[in-house]
Order: sequence, then C-alpha cells, then structure tokens
Amino acid sequence: MSTFNNTSAPQMKLLWIAVALLGAVAFAIVALNRGEAVNAAWLVVAATCIYLIAYRFYGLFVANRALGVDGTRQTPAARHNDGLDYVPTNQYVLYGHHFAAIAGAGPLVGPVLAAQMGYLPGTLWILAGAVFGGAVQDMTVLFLSTRRDGRSLGDIVRAEMGPVAGTIAGVGILLICVIVLAVLALVVDKALIGSPWGTFAVFCSIPIALLMGVYSRFIRPGRVGEMSLLGCVLLLAALIYGKTVSETPSLAAYFDLSGETLALIIIGYGFVASVLPVWLLLAPRDYLSTFLKIGTIALLAIGIIIVRPDLQMPAVTKFIDGSGPVWAGSLFPFLFITIACGAVSGWHSLISSGTTPKMIENETQIAFIGYGAMLMESFVAIMAMIGASIIHPGVYFAMNSSAGLIGTTAEQAAQVISAWGFTVTPDDITQVAKDVGETSIMSRTGGAPTLAVGMAQILSSFLGGRTLMGIWYHFAILFEALFILTTVDAGTRVLRFMIQDLIGNVVPAFKETSSWTNNIIGSALSCALWGYFLYVGVIDPLGGIWTLWPLFGTANQMLAAIALTVCTVVLFKMKRERFAWVTIVPATWLVVCTTTAGLEKVLSPDPNVGFIGHALKYGDAIAAGQLLAPAKTLGEMSRIVFNDYIDATLAAVFVLVVVATVIYGLINIRRALGNPQPTASEIGLAGVTAGGGHA
Amino acid sequence: MPDLHDLFDQSASAVRAARYWSTRTARLMIGVPDYETYVAHRQAKHPDQPIMTYVEFFRERQQARYAVGKGRFRGCC
Repeated sequence: MSTFNNTSAPQMKLLWIAVALLGAVAFAIVALNRGEAVNAAWLVVAATCIYLIAYRFYGLFVANRALGVDGTRQTPAARHNDGLDYVPTNQYVLYGHHFAAIAGAGPLVGPVLAAQMGYLPGTLWILAGAVFGGAVQDMTVLFLSTRRDGRSLGDIVRAEMGPVAGTIAGVGILLICVIVLAVLALVVDKALIGSPWGTFAVFCSIPIALLMGVYSRFIRPGRVGEMSLLGCVLLLAALIYGKTVSETPSLAAYFDLSGETLALIIIGYGFVASVLPVWLLLAPRDYLSTFLKIGTIALLAIGIIIVRPDLQMPAVTKFIDGSGPVWAGSLFPFLFITIACGAVSGWHSLISSGTTPKMIENETQIAFIGYGAMLMESFVAIMAMIGASIIHPGVYFAMNSSAGLIGTTAEQAAQVISAWGFTVTPDDITQVAKDVGETSIMSRTGGAPTLAVGMAQILSSFLGGRTLMGIWYHFAILFEALFILTTVDAGTRVLRFMIQDLIGNVVPAFKETSSWTNNIIGSALSCALWGYFLYVGVIDPLGGIWTLWPLFGTANQMLAAIALTVCTVVLFKMKRERFAWVTIVPATWLVVCTTTAGLEKVLSPDPNVGFIGHALKYGDAIAAGQLLAPAKTLGEMSRIVFNDYIDATLAAVFVLVVVATVIYGLINIRRALGNPQPTASEIGLAGVTAGGGHA
Repeated sequence: MPDLHDLFDQSASAVRAARYWSTRTARLMIGVPDYETYVAHRQAKHPDQPIMTYVEFFRERQQARYAVGKGRFRGCC
C-alpha cells in the first residue's frame, strides 16, 4: 500500500501518467467510436484505469482530507475486541468480507436493463456514479459508523439528526426492504417461467441446502469447506440432470410453471425459510450462494479478458427519448434510477454500518475497504453491461420486451424489432433459444436471462463450445436465482424483526422473537408485504419489470440520498464544512433524480410512466364498460386500478421521506454552522494509540 | 543457476500462505471470523473464563449472522 500511495518517486509519477494515458485512449475508443464494433477489452481497460486513478487521487483525498481519517485513533475493533463481533481484521480479508456483503443482484440486473439506451449512457453513469457517489457514500458511512462503535445507519440518523428524522428514515428503510425483496423475487420468477431446466435446478438447491445443513450440524459440525464442496458438486449434478428433465415431457411437466404459480411457491418458500432454524436452510444456502457468487464473478472477469468479445449493441440507441420497450421513462431521471447498485446503492449504507466497521484494524484502511469495494462492485456492473451488449441487439430486445409489445411468435417479434431499427430474423431469435436449451427466449424480462445468454456466449467460447451453452446458460440462471433467493430469505427475516419491533411498541408481547406464535405471525406478515408486490408484478400487463424496476431503483437511490444527507450533516457538525461538497454534490444529484422520478411515477399523465395516469386510463375504460388487455374481466380491471393506486402511494411516500430527511438535514446544518464547536457525537478520543488496548 | 530446493521451498510456502489467507477470507465472507484469533484473545484477556470449542464457536457465529436487529443487512445490491 505504501508504495501505491507514494507518488513522489519519479518512477511512480511516470507510472500514473502511463495509467492516465492508457485510460484516456481506451475511453476515447469506447466513447467516440461510431459505426464499427468496439471490443469489450477497451471498456475493461478504460474502467480499470479510471478506478485506479479515482482511488489514488479522489478516494484517498476524501478519506485523508475531507473525512480526516486518523491512524492513531482507536477503532471499535480494538476497543471492544471480543474475538467474535469486534475483531481487528487484516484489511485484505475484510475487503473480501465487505465485497461479498455488498455484491448482489443489483449490479448484474440494472446495467442489463439500461442497455436499451445503448452501452455508453449506462457505462458513463456506472463509472461517474461509483467514483463520485457510491464509493464516497460507502466509505463515509463506514467512517461514521467506525467512529461510533459500529452503530447502524438508523442509529446514526437518530443521534445526529434527532428522533423524528430517525423514525422517518426507519419507515423509509422498511418500505425500501419490501420493494427490494418483491422486485428481486420478480427477477427470479420471470427467469423461471416455462423453463423446466432452470426451475428443476433451482428447486434442487432446497433439498441440497437441507442436506448441507444437517451435515454441518450433526455429521461434521462446523466443516464449512467440506459442506460447501458437497453442495457445489450436488448442485452441478442437478444442473446437468436438468437437461434430461427438460427433454423428458413427463418430468418436464412438473417444472413447467406459470408466473403466478412460481410467485406463490417463492412466497411460500420465503415463509418456510424465515420460520425454520437458520442452520437448516438459510445458512447453508447463504454459504453456497456466497461462494458461487464470488467464483462466478471471477470466472466472468477471466472469460471477458480471454474471449475479448465485440460489443454488438450501438453506443447510443434511439430509445434515449424514453420510448424504449424494456422499462418506461426517459434518460433523465430514469437511466440513473435503473442502473441502481452498480453506481450508487443505498443498501450499501446499511452494510457499511453493519459488521464491517466492527472489524476495521485502523482508520487508514477505511478508504481501501469502503471506497475500494464499491469500485469492484462498479466493475461487476461494467461486466454485466458487457454481457448484455455482446449479444445481438435484436435478440436483446426480443428477450426484454413484453409480449404485449412484440407478440408471441418469433416472426412477429422479428418484424416489430426490425421496424425499431434492429434488423433481426426469426431464425436469429429461435437459434438462441435452441442453443441454450429453452423452448423460447422471448419476453424473458428482468435482466437475468439476458445476462445468462451473454455469460453463456462468453464462457462457452473458451470452455466447452456451443454444446455446453445450455449448461452455462442455466448455470448463470441458477447462480442469479440462488443468491436472489438467499436475499429473499434473509430479507424476510429482517422485515420480520422490523415488523415485530414496530408492532411490539403497541403489543409488547409481540417483541419476543423466540416465541413461535410471534415468529409465524411476523413471518407471514412480512411475506404478505413483499409477496403482494411480487404477485402484482407477475400479473402486470406490461410484464412487471417495466413498471416496478424504476420503483425499486428509486427506492434504492433514495436510501443513498438519505445516507449522503446524514454524511453531509455530520461533516458540518465536525466543522469540516470546507470539504462537505464531496457528499453534497452526489446527495443533491440523487435527491433531484429520485424526487423527479418519484413524482413522475405518481403524476405523469403518460399512462406508461405514471401510476395515476394508468389508473385513470383503466378507470375510464371501466366506466365505458370496456376491457383493456390483459384484463379479461371487469374485476381484473378494477384490481389493476387498485394496484396502481397502491404503487402511486408508495412512490409518493418515498418522495416524502427524502424531502423530510433533506429538510431535517438543512435544519441541522444551520444549527451546526451557528455553533463554533464541533457537535458530532463521536465515540473515543483522537490520539489514543490504535491497536492493542482492550476495554 | 538457482538452487532448486530453495525454489521449491519458497513456492511451497507461497502456496501455504495463499491457502491460509484465502481460507480466512472465504470464512469471513460467510460470517465466521478466525477461530485461532478468538482463542488467543480469550487466553490473553480472559484466562479465567471458559473458551468455546470450534463447534460451539461456529454455531454461535452462525446464529449471530442471522440474528437481525443489530443492523445486519447483507447481499442485496
């Protein structure tokens, strides 16, 4: 690290100049090339150089100058060292822990959806958003939490901005959890509809996890390595056998399910996983999906470097005007909402104030872990963008447009998509389905299947060739489904505890988390909450993702806006207002984006964008006694109207939460400016020698 | 010409170190910190108190990872 930080040596200066030049050349090729296919390797080189320079010249500046990390200050890990929660941990090991905790479905799915506007707009936001927004947020929250004994974001808001702001943020976090779980479950649901192979493999992960659970509990207690290896081998066997299942009609029938059935199964599964003891189902699945996630990300990176595919998607498509078929809305603000976690993720602020701050050895490592892990996450998003952009654009749109737009046959789809300007033949579309072993790949919205096709193309061209494409495609689906379902399990439990806490304020007996009655009622309530939005998404006429993904993205970015507002307030309270622009700039941008997006989702008269506009359209049709597709009865029509109003309310509440937080932020900043003394409530004193000591 | 034995020893210890660090990282990714560090800490600071066995330690950590309410959110985006 010390050599990396030291720019004074002339060799280092030359090295940084070389990195900057290489990055500039690669970036120019990616951004300025028109007409010719650009190789994905340039994108990788440009991104890597930008990350290196951003870390060295901006990340370290924010840490050392703006936040003022203090290498002599004792960290919570040293102060409360218990060998369990609070352990001073090697920074590289902790980096792995932190990255594994923040990496999830968001950076993989968001960029795939954003590719409808071409690869360039999304790529620019992934890079700029991470460097100036996401990484700054993750690092600053990690810093604040480290200075407060590893307290959670909610606690920090309460302590620094008052109990009312704390409660508002708490309600916001709860609602955000609901919509996040629903939309992620929807991604899995959409990927498995009518896919016996994928469904079989994903279903098999449940008995495999149970077996692993029993193994690590009773047969060889605590042997994580053995049990994970066993799980991986069995999962691979299920994946290979899935092909046979899909080719045997009598077996395939059991796993060829509709979206509604899958939604009910996922909801039921979430309930069971939340009620069962963690060692039996949740923990083993979590281990399996964590290792699979890290392994697959590494494999994809190696694949892209070896194969160096050309990007087929144009740099910019005509859909930047907001007429795109994948998701509703124009470039501003919806592109910035769609990318979500690859650029800025509010969710990370919950993780950065979770387990990681309790293991930081020294404050000087906060930049490497907080800022660095987010840059890696952003790189995952760049790889997802590459995965979506190397497949035929016509196939991309066939996969990501709902049947209402492109019809249900390859001929219709090819005609419609060619008319959009992406020439494609019906054969192109059916050939991809045949290659990956599916009956159809049309209208497989949600991003996961598209990324799976991209990954299958990359991985099969250096491992196995065309014959293994089906295996790789379903491997990618399985990998995404596995860790999304793990999030659903864990998230349902988080929601359950939050609900128990909330209701417990009225009925104290409900707070007792070890009671089975409370456990079952709490789990049922939390499943019902996200399950409702999942089901609404599945029966949505426009395919669910089209309507709900922007709501998910808005929720996530709003949480980031809240976190960055808190960071700004604390910088003022620390009397570091000179440097507060490092969080004010991204916070302002996010507040502008999310409130614009939220208000458009509520108020836009365009029924494709605004929920109320959509409700009015269906309401008028009901009054006139007409039926609008896909509703088949007047009852279904009124259900769509009702759902629209629920979605509109949720979007409005998100906007209110952000506006309220910003107002409280401004009040606290004013108060801090009026006080000549620093007022941030930090724990521990500056100058106490770091490391060692024990309370 | 370099001594082949030295070279072999060096690469063997490099492999051992890589294994050691990657195992620790993989374990912490799933919420299980280093057991030896825990034992060393208990022996140094609380010599009069009982020390959990590895299995007890593993179960305690597994339970703690999912005992929400202390702000343990993970793997979403």
